[in-house]
Amino acid sequence: MTFRILRLALIAAGALVISWLLMIGLTWLGTRSESFSNVVATGTAQYFSALTIGAIYALIALGYTMVYGIIELINFAHGDVFMVGAFVAYLIFTSLGFGGAIKSIPLLIGILLLGFLVTMVVLGVLGAAIERFAYRPLRNAPRLAPLITAIGVSFILQNVVQVLISNSPVPSPQLVSLEYRFTLLGASVPLLNLLIFLVAVVLMIALQVFVGGTRLGRAMRSTAQDREAAQLMGVNINATIAITFFIGSALAGAAGLIYGLYKGNIVFNLGFDAGLKAFTAAVLGGIGNTVGAALGGFAIGFIEVAAVTTGLSRWQEALVFSVLILVLVFRPAGILGQQIGERA
Amino acid sequence: MTATAQAAPAVPETPDDVLIARSITKQFGGLVALRNIEFVIPRRAIVSLIGPNGAGKTTFFNVIAGLIPPTSGSIELSGMRLIAPARRAWLEPLLWFAPPLLVLLIGILVSGGNIQLVALWGLLALLLATLILPTAMARPAWYESFIRRLGIFRSARPNDIVRSGVGRTFQNIRLFHNMTALENVLVGMHLKLRSTPVDAVLSTPRHRAEEEEARVRAARYLELAGLRGRDDELARNLPYGDQRRLEIARALACEPVLLLLDEPTAGMNPRETGEITALIGRLRTELGLTVLLIEHDMRVVMGISDRITVLDQGERIAEGTPEEIRRNPRVIEAYLGKPPS
Repeated sequence: MTFRILRLALIAAGALVISWLLMIGLTWLGTRSESFSNVVATGTAQYFSALTIGAIYALIALGYTMVYGIIELINFAHGDVFMVGAFVAYLIFTSLGFGGAIKSIPLLIGILLLGFLVTMVVLGVLGAAIERFAYRPLRNAPRLAPLITAIGVSFILQNVVQVLISNSPVPSPQLVSLEYRFTLLGASVPLLNLLIFLVAVVLMIALQVFVGGTRLGRAMRSTAQDREAAQLMGVNINATIAITFFIGSALAGAAGLIYGLYKGNIVFNLGFDAGLKAFTAAVLGGIGNTVGAALGGFAIGFIEVAAVTTGLSRWQEALVFSVLILVLVFRPAGILGQQIGERA
Repeated sequence: MTATAQAAPAVPETPDDVLIARSITKQFGGLVALRNIEFVIPRRAIVSLIGPNGAGKTTFFNVIAGLIPPTSGSIELSGMRLIAPARRAWLEPLLWFAPPLLVLLIGILVSGGNIQLVALWGLLALLLATLILPTAMARPAWYESFIRRLGIFRSARPNDIVRSGVGRTFQNIRLFHNMTALENVLVGMHLKLRSTPVDAVLSTPRHRAEEEEARVRAARYLELAGLRGRDDELARNLPYGDQRRLEIARALACEPVLLLLDEPTAGMNPRETGEITALIGRLRTELGLTVLLIEHDMRVVMGISDRITVLDQGERIAEGTPEEIRRNPRVIEAYLGKPPS
């Protein structure tokens, strides 16, 4: 177990360094005339925004992959759960009277912690409720029925937010001022980017530990592999599936909060695009595999930003999905293959 | 021809019986898989269920395990009625949804058109629902006794039956193949562990101590089943015989009173078969278990069973000690066909 974690950490560190160098190289390709130090600075700055965007995709992708792993459902409503997360965070912050950057650091940390906690719990409950009422009644129905239901739930969530909150984009409070910056290799990077990356990494590690070494994590994995056998070992599969939805949706809620902080602008249909990309990330990494989903999320964030730095920003979407197709041609099960959801 | 007239006499019940099945019938459409099966397992007995293919042995196992609801009949486990026809089952969902709906209704009536006040009451109703529904899903003991006091009865779910003390193995091995041997056993211990998601996330000392203790105990079950040193091997990489042993170790981890073994020696060589037979004997003497065994290998069955029940085409055609079964003409006929006259 410890060996596995150590190996994973080493691989992750290696991937971080290599992708950094790669980003600098790609930046050089895009801006050949610039001086070397300028290229390094731009590449580093871009690298950090790739990490931030990747972190958001990765957090959403985890929900897709966990749900697929346990009940083989592509939960198309998940992107909109993320969107609701952004709006719940918006409601929390604005109702507490915080519309902009918070100057006091302890207050900022306190409000952020409170925001994460409440958003994640509310979204977790929402996710579990969606499972209870929309998916569980259809658990033994043909595969198409819950899929269509998921699309239905997606539209319902969008519609509810549209009517109850706003039809047009709303400015979400950017609590962390962009004036907090650090300089690295000549690049001035907002501290927010690093913060987002770290929060995402902490959440992912917590998830790994939870799934890998706890009673409920084992219940989740056993339910994913053989639902009936798990039940005959005393696992309450309904509760386990509900917990899976709770965790996946809570992570999407955290991603929503982060998105609001980062973009400063949210709209009721933002979940569609982000959801599809995150789903792509999950497939890219190997759907059903939580490490794969995180990897896929960061990969897609990287490709999107790389497209911008190399001057191909108009080809962003085409590039992302070309990579998806390429990977799937050579590795149909995704980069890391299926793990949790693999059936015996 | 009535079934009861032909069935062998049942063993008399005593209050200490582990399992009592009363006239279990299971129909799949027009096919009668089990017909009026009466079945009693005394405490600490090893009882075998034999019969030709398609006799209904595995169906009977699945009925006991709560996986297949019987068409009629009931099952008692250690004096607790676990499986029986439902009574007033429609009342239960009503109990879940009535309180929140009532709160909402009161809210609408009280707030007199003030939409914000209605929303507040709605939130309260939602909160109530988020408290009630997980409780209904977990079915804690107080909830069950409350439900029974209202005269509601619905059969126990498979996981509840495990809680009441039934562990089982599968005829076609159904391990969690992507988990290690130790983790498979730990899944079996699921109900014996207490730590909550909050404990796990915070990694409280209680949680860590429990995990540590659970791993030690799981390793002991592996050792008992003859899998010492195989702890960290993925289940799918184990040799066939060891997978069968792991199934037994995992079932033991449920700490059952009654252990259901579905062909534990299928596909094993004579030496391995001998080892498993010895293990089953030790389970009774060392752990005090009661065992219900489905087995095709007659040497195993005749060697360790206290009693044998023979099923044929869903009916119980004979019951008795190994000696009696060996000489029973109906059993011989079921296995070999009618002798030419």
